[in-house]
Amino acid sequence: MFKILKYSFYDLIRSRWSYVYFLFYLLLGFVLLFLNNDISKAIITLMNVIIILVPLISTIFGIMYFYNSKEFTELLLAQPIKRSSIFLGQYFGVAGSLTLSLVFGLGIPFVLYGLFKSDAIFDFTLLLVTGAFLTLIFTVLSFNIALSNENKIKGFGYAVLLWLFLAVIYDGLFLMSLIVFKEYPLDGFSLAATMFNPIDLSRTLILLKLDISALLGYTGAVFKKFFGTDQGLFISMFMLVLWTVLPIWRLVIISKKKDF
Amino acid sequence: MKQVVFLLILIFNLLSGVSQQPKRITVCETCELKSIAEAIKTASDHDTLVIKKATYKEYNILVDRPLTIIGENYPVIDGEDKGEIIRIVSDNVTIDGLFIINVGTSYTSDYAAIRVVKSENFVIQNVVLEKLFFGIYLEKSNHGKVYHNKIVGDAQDEYNSGNGIQLWYSHNIEVSNNIVQGARDGIYLEFSHNVKIHNNKSTDNLRYGLHFMFSDDDVYTNNVFENNGAGVAVMFSKRITMKGNTFRKNWGTAAFGVLLKEINDAEIIENTFEENTIGIHIEGSNRITYKGNNFIKNGWGIKVLGACYTNTFSANNFLYNSFDISYNSKLNDNVFDGNYWSNYTGYDLDKNGIGDVPYRPVKLFSYVVNQTPEAIILLRSLFMDIIDFSEKVSPVFTPDNLMDINPLMTKVQ
Repeated sequence: MFKILKYSFYDLIRSRWSYVYFLFYLLLGFVLLFLNNDISKAIITLMNVIIILVPLISTIFGIMYFYNSKEFTELLLAQPIKRSSIFLGQYFGVAGSLTLSLVFGLGIPFVLYGLFKSDAIFDFTLLLVTGAFLTLIFTVLSFNIALSNENKIKGFGYAVLLWLFLAVIYDGLFLMSLIVFKEYPLDGFSLAATMFNPIDLSRTLILLKLDISALLGYTGAVFKKFFGTDQGLFISMFMLVLWTVLPIWRLVIISKKKDF
Repeated sequence: MKQVVFLLILIFNLLSGVSQQPKRITVCETCELKSIAEAIKTASDHDTLVIKKATYKEYNILVDRPLTIIGENYPVIDGEDKGEIIRIVSDNVTIDGLFIINVGTSYTSDYAAIRVVKSENFVIQNVVLEKLFFGIYLEKSNHGKVYHNKIVGDAQDEYNSGNGIQLWYSHNIEVSNNIVQGARDGIYLEFSHNVKIHNNKSTDNLRYGLHFMFSDDDVYTNNVFENNGAGVAVMFSKRITMKGNTFRKNWGTAAFGVLLKEINDAEIIENTFEENTIGIHIEGSNRITYKGNNFIKNGWGIKVLGACYTNTFSANNFLYNSFDISYNSKLNDNVFDGNYWSNYTGYDLDKNGIGDVPYRPVKLFSYVVNQTPEAIILLRSLFMDIIDFSEKVSPVFTPDNLMDINPLMTKVQ
């Protein structure tokens, strides 16, 4: 597995797209800090970018990589290698290189602008951790889609739809149900609904660290009580891990059964 | 001979009676007079009592004649939690430089460290109060001055704590340069008109930093209200002026910088609202001028509930609030003109410093949050940004005439 991981990883590290991705974040980080010099404010803007762009890029990149390396995969399948090793190796190769681009691309400008001296370091770490989780989650989701769809066009379509659903449509449905059922106590429901969408979960997690004053309205208090505590942070992280592990598990199961 | 002596004594007495000089009476541990209450009894009108540094365990001290009571190096009056400490029932009393602790707590009467009852022309200054129930309590007393006092309470619960400075039916009072912290309400006014409150600092109080009801024509300038349980509440008053005050860090589930309820014809000028859950919460308040205020990093800059008519908002700065303005109705009779909005994205082609596109400060999202508060969890989600944008282009839910036609391009200084 590690050999395949290494191959995929080096393959990607050498490819142009990881550099583009890396440079994009590097530039974004520098421009943001140059424009407002205030690290905590830059983190808020960055959060908007991360919770939308990271899932999108991971999804597209993951599905592209899977379809592109299909011939290589089929070649590997002919060798006496465990199937799970092949797919997991590829997956971690892609996800690893994307995460590295993200962490270094954003980390370097912030460190240069004195992150270690500022008290925003915890917020920034949280931002990077959720960014990394989102990369892991959306890459594995796109691998799942690609594995279940031979047809590239269909696969792409589903992948983009998945992103669209979790980033936009889910919130729309969420809001609709809040409005329809507004006569009922909805605190528990909205907590649960947030938990079931990794994008919402990451957003809320970061927001409660940053934009606290607005959320501290009388309903915000419920969320604050949940997400603001160590226990809430732990549960949220656990949900993110679950979002990563369950699709990986499915990837392994499907890849074992699938007839290539 | 006897008669002559008698006559002389009589004349002397008469003379001294007519031109009686105010005496200085000293109270200390080793003096003839060891207690303040005793000293007051022996004093005549307009005398000065000098209290030397010591600890006096006294309560229910009644000041019933015009006296000046001055503490030297802050003598301590310890009430031992037994009740009220000083009660002033005479005009022209001055209290200066005392350190009063341990006021008794009661559920039936409002024990105060210093209470002024139906008196005029009093001055209370340089007094330090600690471990108190009520601090300085003015009751039907006019034309007085409460200056440069420090009140440090240790209030835990609302039901068994009192207010720092309380005015009840007291008019023409000046309350200035005081520091109040840890009381229930920092400064509390009820039925008190023509009161001037300035340069006070009211922080960390359990409920409100400043709280007033039914108090007209009052002026509040350059005060600081910080980190109070629910900020400042202003209710049922007319013609008040608030100028140059700072309302900061009033965070909490139901906290605001200022709550205005049934306030009419007021002026709110050049105040700063910073990092409050809600900067100003307005209910049923009409004809108010908001000018030159700064709303910085609040959850809601201004939250308007209920009927508020003919208010004008001009030359204010709205900087980095999560919501600048929130409305709960479609009707708008208030004017927003020439403010600076940090969220404004328009342009200024003719370079006159005024944006060419009107700014709509009410977002659809804030409308939604008003309807279903739980929706706050969708703050900053892509979906909300999209529908906010569409609402901005063509308003459906928010009042379509609620906009700033002349948004400024740069901050008001």
